[in-house]
Formats: sequence, structure tokens, C-alpha cells
Amino acid sequence: MNLEEIKSQIEANVPGCSLEIIPNASPSGQHSLLVDPEHALTVGSFLRDGASPRFDYCSNVTGVDWPLKETTAKQKTKKIVDGVEKEVEEAVKTSTGDYLEVVYHLFSLEDRQGPLVLRMRTGDRAERVHLPSLTPVWRSAEFQEREVYDLFGIVFDGHPDLRRLLMWEEFTDHPMRKDYVDPDDYEYEPTAHDEVLKRTQAHYAAQETPSGAEEAR
Amino acid sequence: MDEQLKSELRRQGVVATSLQELYNWGRKSSIWPLNFGLACCAIEMIATTMARYDLARFGAEVFRPSPRQADLMIVAGTVTKKMAPQVVRLYNQMAEPKYVISMGACAISGGPFKQGYNVLKGIDRYIPVDVFIPGCPPRPEALLDAFLMLQRKIDEQQLTGPARPRHLQAEQPSEFSVPQYSEHDLVPTRNDAVWHAPLVNISNAGTNESGRD
Repeated sequence: MNLEEIKSQIEANVPGCSLEIIPNASPSGQHSLLVDPEHALTVGSFLRDGASPRFDYCSNVTGVDWPLKETTAKQKTKKIVDGVEKEVEEAVKTSTGDYLEVVYHLFSLEDRQGPLVLRMRTGDRAERVHLPSLTPVWRSAEFQEREVYDLFGIVFDGHPDLRRLLMWEEFTDHPMRKDYVDPDDYEYEPTAHDEVLKRTQAHYAAQETPSGAEEAR
Repeated sequence: MDEQLKSELRRQGVVATSLQELYNWGRKSSIWPLNFGLACCAIEMIATTMARYDLARFGAEVFRPSPRQADLMIVAGTVTKKMAPQVVRLYNQMAEPKYVISMGACAISGGPFKQGYNVLKGIDRYIPVDVFIPGCPPRPEALLDAFLMLQRKIDEQQLTGPARPRHLQAEQPSEFSVPQYSEHDLVPTRNDAVWHAPLVNISNAGTNESGRD
């Protein structure tokens, strides 16, 4: 199974879709296919029914949180300063991330091939978190998409029953996001160390000052 | 009655006892646990009831599926925050006298999931616990030991006087407040009538070098 082949198969059969192969640098070399959300449902149906091999089984759905990451790298560029060509170091800011990602692992039981890794990305991490649900294509995605909705906050449009799966309904946070802050219940940590020790000390410091106690939830 | 005289009489074929002893003997010999398990500790609890370890030897083979008919709640496993209100509600629905065994690291303190966002840091924050068994999970022998410990505890209970157990004191509560789900955590995070944070001096923690006190 060649990812390039599958990509060209999809491009030939689903007009207008934009696909991108995301390389995996690790020894496993499990590259994945980034699908644009607008055509995801058509791409999914094609992969299940029309592609060769047919990907008839979705074994896993999971989410990834990519917070905004800004890196400044120094680049040497040649510039003409006062008529003389000089090498000038410039700081170039690049930012990656600031989106949520959902990952699907597809297998072909018929031809014993896979996994094919599909990815979809949201617009950002706060407002544009809607993605199309692939549950209409692979029924096995139903509960796992609910779990991704619960823990990452990705809203799947077209899901038949999108409710929280693990946490209770009144819960408003998304615990698997990188910026999730867990509740401050560090009043009893008998063997506190490292991060837990810091949290415990912060808890007791907040208890001593009444204003701080209100802030701590 | 004098213990020596009692054993002397017993040797002669005369059994002398008190109502309290009879009452406690009857109770401790027919503790019916509530039939529920939360996680992997429940597997050990099931093993304890089976032929090899045989909890029936101590009169506790009847696991009741209804809290109305149960005396003992074995909190066997991880209590998630989503499950905690139901556990407290089941305890409230049990008839007095009722006892709780907190089985395993998770039920005691949250165990390996103590710093997680979804696990209650010990069921003793909401309901009174009689016996704690550490272990991950505790072996069936440990559960039997806890069970015998509970039997000794019941055996020593006074039916009269200020030290009598909770179910004989009318003013003592037999139900405890059920925590509510809220936006970030359970509310309240603990029942202050039941649980107080043990005193831990954290001021020295993390400052001493390794290997030195």
C-alpha cells in the first residue's frame, strides 16, 4: 500500500479536494494524509467503497492538540548595505500549531492492508472547532468521536448523538487540551514532590490569603 | 461476667452469654456485602468469594444486588468523579448498621490516578470508612484480613453507653450529602463532616538533599 497511490486515487475521484502527505520522520515511517474538512465525507465514502484497497474498517479515532508555538530562528541573508554586500543575521519568526487535529486509523480487512492514517485540522482552538463527522461512513467512529469531543472539544457536524462520553454533561472543560487546568484539590499530598509539591504549596498559600482562596477553584 | 468463669462453665457444658455478645455475634457472622465493583479490585473481590479463598467461611457469601439488603459496601476499585455521587447514594440507601471497606489504593486515595482530573482522591471524602486495605490490587488474603478486622470491630461494639455505634445513636446521621456535578469538579469536593485533610508539614518537602534527612 502506497500512500502516494492512494492520494492520486482520491484526487482522481474526488474533484476539488486538497490532500497533503504529512511525513513521519520516525523509523516506523507511518506517513499520514491530511484531508480538507470540506471534502472529508466524500473522501471517506470513496475510501470505503471505491478505492483499491477498500478501507472498510476504522479502528481508531483520536485527537491531538497543537497549541500555538512561536519559534524565532536566526537566518543569515545577504543584503546590500551601503552598496556593499554583507551577510546580515535576521530573526525570523515562525508560528506553528494553534489548531486541533483528529486522527483516523483505517484498515482494509478485505485486502489485509493498513493502517491508512487520515488527519483533519480545525481552524483554531477556540471558535472554529467544527469538523465533519465520519460516523456516517464508519459506524465504529461514533463513540470515539464522542470521546474526542469530550476530551478535546472538537465538534463533529453530522454526528448522530454528540454528547460527552467520559465526563459528566455539566462539565465544561476539555481535559486533554494542553492548557487545561485541573481543579485545585491539593489539600492532602503526603508524598508531594516536583509539580505536585508546587501545586500543594500554592494551594496552602491560597488558603492563607482569603482573596487567593477565592481565585483558586 | 468474668472471662475465666465463663470458659470454666463452658467446659462443664453451660453456656453463659450476654445479649450484647449474642447480638454482635449474629451481626458479625452474617455480613452481606453489596454486589458491586468499580475496577480491577473487583476481580480480586470476586476471587475472594470463589472456592479457593471462600469468603462464605465467614458468613459473607451472600452478595446482595440491592443496597436495601446489604450491610457492607466494599468499594473495590477506582472511584471516578462521575461515579462518586452514585456510590454515595448507594451507601445512603443501605440500611443501618452499615459498614464500608475501602479496597485498594484508588479507593483510599486515588492511587496511581491521584493527580488525574477525573478520579476522586479517596471515597472517605464523602462517606465514613471502617477498614482500609492498601494494595494495587490487594490480594484476596488482604480482603479476608480486612473482613476479619471488621468482624472484630463489630464484636467489640457496645450496645449501651456513650461509645455505642452510630446506628444506635438517634442523633447521628445515617445518610451523607451526595456531591453534585458542576462545571469543573464535584461540589462540594469533600464532606467536611466526614473528612479532614490530615496534617502534613509540606514546608520541608523538596528542600532536603537526597539521602539526608
